Amino acid sequence: MRPSRSYRIFRTVALAVVVLGLLAPLLWMILASLKTNVDIYDSGKAFAFTPTLDNYTNVLQRANYAQFIGNSLWVAFAATVLSLILGVPAAYSMSRFTMRRSALVVLMARVIPGVSLLVPWYYVFSNLRMVGGFTVLILSHMFVSLPLIVYIMMGYFDGLPTELEEAALVDGLTHIGAFRRITMPLSVPGIATAGILSFIFSWNNFMFALVLSGADTKTLPVAIFDFVGYASIDWGGLMAAATVVTLPIMVIALFVQKYVVSGLTAGATKG
Amino acid sequence: MSTVTTPDTRSPEARPALADGSAWSRWANAHRKWLFAAPAMAFVAVLIVFPVAWTGYLSLTDAEGSVRAESEFIGVQNYLDVLTDTDRFWPAVLRTVAFTGVVLLVEVVLGMAIALLLWRPFRGERWVRVAILLPLVATPVAVGMMWRLIFDPNIGMANQLLGWVGIGPQPWLSGQHSALPTTMFIDIWQWTPMVVLILLAGLTSLSDEPQEAARIDGASTWQRFRHVTLPLLMPTVVVAILLRGIDALKTFDILYATKGRGGGSFHEVETLNVYAYGLSFDYNDYGVSSTVLIIFFLIIIGVMWALTYRKKGLER
Repeated sequence: MRPSRSYRIFRTVALAVVVLGLLAPLLWMILASLKTNVDIYDSGKAFAFTPTLDNYTNVLQRANYAQFIGNSLWVAFAATVLSLILGVPAAYSMSRFTMRRSALVVLMARVIPGVSLLVPWYYVFSNLRMVGGFTVLILSHMFVSLPLIVYIMMGYFDGLPTELEEAALVDGLTHIGAFRRITMPLSVPGIATAGILSFIFSWNNFMFALVLSGADTKTLPVAIFDFVGYASIDWGGLMAAATVVTLPIMVIALFVQKYVVSGLTAGATKG
Repeated sequence: MSTVTTPDTRSPEARPALADGSAWSRWANAHRKWLFAAPAMAFVAVLIVFPVAWTGYLSLTDAEGSVRAESEFIGVQNYLDVLTDTDRFWPAVLRTVAFTGVVLLVEVVLGMAIALLLWRPFRGERWVRVAILLPLVATPVAVGMMWRLIFDPNIGMANQLLGWVGIGPQPWLSGQHSALPTTMFIDIWQWTPMVVLILLAGLTSLSDEPQEAARIDGASTWQRFRHVTLPLLMPTVVVAILLRGIDALKTFDILYATKGRGGGSFHEVETLNVYAYGLSFDYNDYGVSSTVLIIFFLIIIGVMWALTYRKKGLER
């Protein structure tokens, strides 16, 4: 049945309000990043102003952001790859052998408040003099990525029919061979979903890096936080920094929208 | 664990090389269940089980100052201190409960409304979906900074908009009583889209027949939602509440980004997570902070247990 005309008008108006409410703040952030601080303070120049890239040049050159971008990329990439290597076979085993209790152990990582892990980690790693290095940072981010990957991949393997694997066994492949040559190639969409989400969550992570990163290994979210000193805030620079961290991840998310959505809603409909 | 293998009756030459089975390969295949699962589980065990156990131990000591300092076992003293602390601990518990309760309620109701609007295909759907996705993937710290500018009492857009409709300027994040509601608003802005996506996935997987049957029986739109759609969607709603509830209890990034240490000078947005973080890393009071964390952890487990229990009840 086609919805009534009045409902369609209502829907259009309501959704326009929703879209505006969600996008306007982000647009405002980007606009402010293109203004001088004088223009930010001038409410008459909300939209009519001469755009400038000065904030970006300042942030990228003076505040060392080029290095922080590199740090964030490296940590998110390494944590994602290592978590995929550990997580995909584990999820496969947990799905095929219905190891629900073992899965619960890994998924606990999603539930525990991060601070309760940070204290002991900080204890151990500062005694080993490893705080501030990449190793600790990557390990801590894996703690975000791994449960996410196991959760998404278990759902994916649950939905993958076993017939092809069985056929491969009949044809003489070993179990591990069937996993490598049959299941893995079939799982590329699932692995892509898990990898992309893991990258996004690691890129956005703040708390672990706040404690465990050093001056040379600082990631972008921490760098943005450090931007706010006790003196007056350089709003233009701050918004440029915020844009530098959010815009790439939003652009990536748009290109792989389908994967991001399926990852975020994984397990939601199985009940 | 035993593996059933089909005896291979073909001649050795006909068998693919992969299955030839060196001793290692045979062993690996026979033990593949744990070979695959063990590394990930060991990683989690070392990084979680041990730290949680240590947090439990630290909560019974007076550890503070340097991580290399000696500490003494003081029994349940920290627990007595924390549980009778009406200055910082209990207000933090109240704020955590209030924050989680309010954002969950608003996000689920609003998320349900938006998901229902998006349920049936229409032109321009793609653009709405893009708008819904963007806040979700934005870095929370950057989101906090963005709202700090918008809610700035002097130069922020929020007060300008209010000015246009004749309402006086509000203190927003800098007000002692308005800071917590403002952070709730930010959380709702960022995470309602998550609820929309989950509920939309649930709605799309529902079959049309019960809807049609109810329509033919003359049920109104509201009746169809209340008595057909909602009950069928309930397991998905519980998943959404579970996922969002855990994250809302643990909210840290936007609180720390907007109000800084201790949840502001009057601790106005200091939730349990922010309190525990501050105790550990701003004041190095590891013993007390571990106590707060253990209590916080128990609260989370309790909520999770209650919700999964409720979910099982719904599925029956």
